[in-house]
Amino acid sequence: MKKIYGITGIFMVVFILTALMSSSFLTPYNMERLILRTSLFGIISIGVGFVIITSGIDLSIGSVICLIGCGLPWLLTKLSLSMPIAILVVLLATLMIGLLHGLLITKLKLQPFVVTLCGLLMYRGLTRGFTGDQTQGFGQVFKELRWLGEGRVALPGIPLETFGLPVPFFILVLVAILASIFLNRTIYGRYLLALGRNEQAARYSGIHTDKMIVVAYLICAGLAGLGGVLFILDVNSAQPVDFGNFYELYAIAAAVLGGCSLRGGQGTILGVVIGAALMQVLRNMITLVDWIPTHIEYAVIGAVILVGVVADEVVKRVASSRQIAASRQ
Amino acid sequence: MNPAPTEPLDSVDEAGLSPPLLLEGRGITKSFPGVKALKGVDLKLSPGEVLAVIGENGAGKSTLMKILAGVQSHDEGELRIDGQPVRFSGVEDALGNGIALIHQELNLADNLDVAANIFLGREPRRFGLMNTSLMHAQASDWLQKVGLRVPPETIVGHLTIGHQQLVEIAKALSVNARVLIMDEPTSSLSQHETEQLFAVIRDLSAKGVAIVYISHRLGEVKALAHRVTVLRDGENAGSIEKQDIHHDQMVRLMVGRDVSQYYALKERQTGEVIMKVDGLRTPHAPEHALHFELRSGEIVGVAGLVGAGRTEMLQTLFGVAPAVGGSMWVAGRSFTPQSAAQAIECGLALVPEDRKQQGLVLEMAIKENMSLASLRRDQRRGFLDFGSEQDIADRMIADMRIKTPSDMQQAQYLSGGNQQKVVLGKWLAMKPRILLLDEPTRGIDVGAKQDIYRLMEKLAEQGVAILFVSSEMEEIIGMSDRALIMHEGRLAGGLPRAELSEQSVMQLATGGDRP
Repeated sequence: MKKIYGITGIFMVVFILTALMSSSFLTPYNMERLILRTSLFGIISIGVGFVIITSGIDLSIGSVICLIGCGLPWLLTKLSLSMPIAILVVLLATLMIGLLHGLLITKLKLQPFVVTLCGLLMYRGLTRGFTGDQTQGFGQVFKELRWLGEGRVALPGIPLETFGLPVPFFILVLVAILASIFLNRTIYGRYLLALGRNEQAARYSGIHTDKMIVVAYLICAGLAGLGGVLFILDVNSAQPVDFGNFYELYAIAAAVLGGCSLRGGQGTILGVVIGAALMQVLRNMITLVDWIPTHIEYAVIGAVILVGVVADEVVKRVASSRQIAASRQ
Repeated sequence: MNPAPTEPLDSVDEAGLSPPLLLEGRGITKSFPGVKALKGVDLKLSPGEVLAVIGENGAGKSTLMKILAGVQSHDEGELRIDGQPVRFSGVEDALGNGIALIHQELNLADNLDVAANIFLGREPRRFGLMNTSLMHAQASDWLQKVGLRVPPETIVGHLTIGHQQLVEIAKALSVNARVLIMDEPTSSLSQHETEQLFAVIRDLSAKGVAIVYISHRLGEVKALAHRVTVLRDGENAGSIEKQDIHHDQMVRLMVGRDVSQYYALKERQTGEVIMKVDGLRTPHAPEHALHFELRSGEIVGVAGLVGAGRTEMLQTLFGVAPAVGGSMWVAGRSFTPQSAAQAIECGLALVPEDRKQQGLVLEMAIKENMSLASLRRDQRRGFLDFGSEQDIADRMIADMRIKTPSDMQQAQYLSGGNQQKVVLGKWLAMKPRILLLDEPTRGIDVGAKQDIYRLMEKLAEQGVAILFVSSEMEEIIGMSDRALIMHEGRLAGGLPRAELSEQSVMQLATGGDRP
């Protein structure tokens, strides 16, 4: 519980600071973009959150985004597949990737770091291969599909040209609600939390830990795929060489800031979403504020994550010594 | 059971003068946020004395030992060595003054070899580089002193827990400790290794090394100690001289009230055969086929030396170490368990030996630990049933008298005895037909032990078949309707209650024939 207050607090501080430091921050256009980016990154962060809860990791998310983000328009424009078939292919691709990761990790006992690192390299390479390293996009067609990424929902009283909630925001809300219910209210979520902390004890309690780990990687790949679709729909132009580059780091950072310890067994969906929001506000701050040079973006983000994690450790230790004393009755 | 008693040692020399106190504590007080762990405790230790410190969990034994060994420092009171007041700045300081603590949980680097572990941080050097040959030679000497016959190049991780413990002791001796504090040293040792250890302790005592011995095994205390100090609730509850050391007396001082018969030797009605093991082969010892039966309502003890394969047998019965041959029959079904989930479906439950690694998710709340096995059964179309989870927690905490400020407390903050009760609670919520217990009372205080014995009896009366592994002879003899004895992976034999004795069990456990 305490973790949520911490991350929310930091978020509000950064938000207010940015608003004070830049007049362009609170503009309707910027807010729209901010909400959009938060939604997109939020979705993939939730996916990696599940994997981190099982004390695993997925480094291939950015490359999956590339594969799906470039692959979908390629299927539609270059192969001229119909929409339903293209969507099906994309869906199957993400399922296969999730299954591959999960099986290699549970059956062959390979390290998640290694498996997904290879994925990171392979999926992007594959994409560059079949697209011939050409930029992909939807052009001016496929309006219904593009609405998912570009669409805006008007708020009462505010004209759509000024500000509208991006459709991906609603997708994020839906994904977050489903994920939260899954994690906190189903037995499967409880299994994931238990096995993330202590796989042996979970197994000894009759939990099919292998199956649950595969489920976690399926969820992660699936949400990465969904993210990939939404990312390409937003920009409508993607180069396989760098589309989605480094996105896994933002996702992992958001999850960690949001309370998912890399040791496993901990995390809340709300925390992850706030973590994603925080990351995007930070990036916004670096871009908008004049006297912060944009090229130190990564340094600032890295520093903030470190501070967040250190603060978390300190709070944990203080709480822990209190608990120990309380029990020695 | 207790190893053969030996001659008592004199701590008073011929001239009748008692040597000066090696270590003395007066009015030691220590508080943590919210609780006073020690309230003015006194302690006296003479050279060559074996002092046993006993008390229930939470009595303050660990805290006192940590203060003596420099791990923590006292708030009030005085510590004196050879009559001089001291205050340790840390473990190094205490070691420098000759006080070494040997933890219950071993402190070894199991990827390094024995010699490296013994000399960790103090490696003998030649021209700035480690002198491995000298290290190995010296290590061999120390190993001899503790009777451990392994080459000093052996990787510690390949040794049994019992041998690892002896390495720990050799390490402490090698820093010329004058006071050795041993915290439950025999909890992982076989009978033979325990006797080895006792011989080492007596030897050291004769040489003037003082030993502070913490143990829940009162039989060992009686055999070994010159004096016993009893702690209760952070205070001195009494001191007993050698000639007055008796089981009942010790328990009475520890618990503060008269405790009736420790093991109730009741005649039990046993029912029909509820489980048959037919030629089962464990992955650990596939060359031996296991055959035995269990009846409902009976309590069967499994005895044997460390390494006899008892834990491995339970793990195979429960499916976590799937059998490589043979089968089991449980209540009408014949199968070979391949997973814990399968075994649970057939009504089995296992309370594992390592409760922290295998029995509990330490960072999860007690309530959540207790419901873990029953989630599948109580689910509502995949959703958690918080109501039944709360029911289980309330019931188990009350029935088993688990001491905790709340059911949301993380399991890691409970004492050993309470943790074990949580694990038991988890399985009892499943209403098992067959309960497998692996060292159910290891590292647990007297009060909790009693609770667990009473619980076992109650379950047996309700028709549950109980198969329990124990390294405590007293426990095997006191609690079993009959016992199975294992030796190097095979079932060496079975003994009905009437024939149960330390000798008959040891005979079979060491590979001999039935007497």
